[in-house]
Amino acid sequence: MFKSLKLTCDQATTICDKNQYGEASLLDKVKLNIHFITCKICFKYTKQNMTLTKLYKGHAKRCKEMKHCLSDEEKNALKRELEKINK
Amino acid sequence: MVFIFRMMEDQIVLNTDKWIDNYADYMYNYAITRVNNSDLAKDLVQETFFAGLKSAKNFQGKSTERTWLVSILKRKIIDHYRKINSKKGKAEVRMNFYDEGENEGNWLEERVPQSWDNQSEKLIENEELKNQLDLCIDKLPEKYAMVFRMKTIQEFETEEICKELDITASNLWVIIHRARTQLRKCMEDNWFNI
Repeated sequence: MFKSLKLTCDQATTICDKNQYGEASLLDKVKLNIHFITCKICFKYTKQNMTLTKLYKGHAKRCKEMKHCLSDEEKNALKRELEKINK
Repeated sequence: MVFIFRMMEDQIVLNTDKWIDNYADYMYNYAITRVNNSDLAKDLVQETFFAGLKSAKNFQGKSTERTWLVSILKRKIIDHYRKINSKKGKAEVRMNFYDEGENEGNWLEERVPQSWDNQSEKLIENEELKNQLDLCIDKLPEKYAMVFRMKTIQEFETEEICKELDITASNLWVIIHRARTQLRKCMEDNWFNI
């Protein structure tokens, strides 16, 4: 039973990454916390990961506010290409 | 005979002359939020319109013109993803953990997270930080960058990404994990501990 609760660092950080999006299961979170008892490296990874999540969230907000459009020139070029095919 | 005639009468005619004005921006925005490359996004939009013209006679009017064109664009994006996911396009991220032997799954010594200096001043949102985040994401192999951006920057649901790229959820989490461990190291080396 205890063996099934054991994680490698690779597995523990995978759960940690999943947890940044709120999608780790309760069992996964329990296993992760057990892993932290013996692994300070993964604990540090998790703290840094949370910091990065905050940065990515700010970045996401800025990126999503940007609207991407084609210029009139690009649209006209596209129109000409379509007309060629449509003939 | 009468039935066939009626069917011909009812055939939906696409308004192809107005496609660019009506849908080009929407399609371009749709593509660029997924592939994050303006030239590639433009190519995909152009290919979609071409494919739409070629198969215009198959349009049955069951959906709107825009939905129909987006469904073609979605296929183009999956094709692109498959291309970058193929053996030829595969550029693996650097390993962070031993992948075999008695240390399997443990941190590789040179990849162990280090403490970060002066964190508080490094967390102030500014143009430099934004550029460094983008630089680190751009260093990822294209497939990892694409999935990471869709999940983290565009904040799409896991299910939506899996459906759009035709991958499994566990596949997605492996990609996210590899991307994030690589990004952590990149930010450590180029932002926090310089």
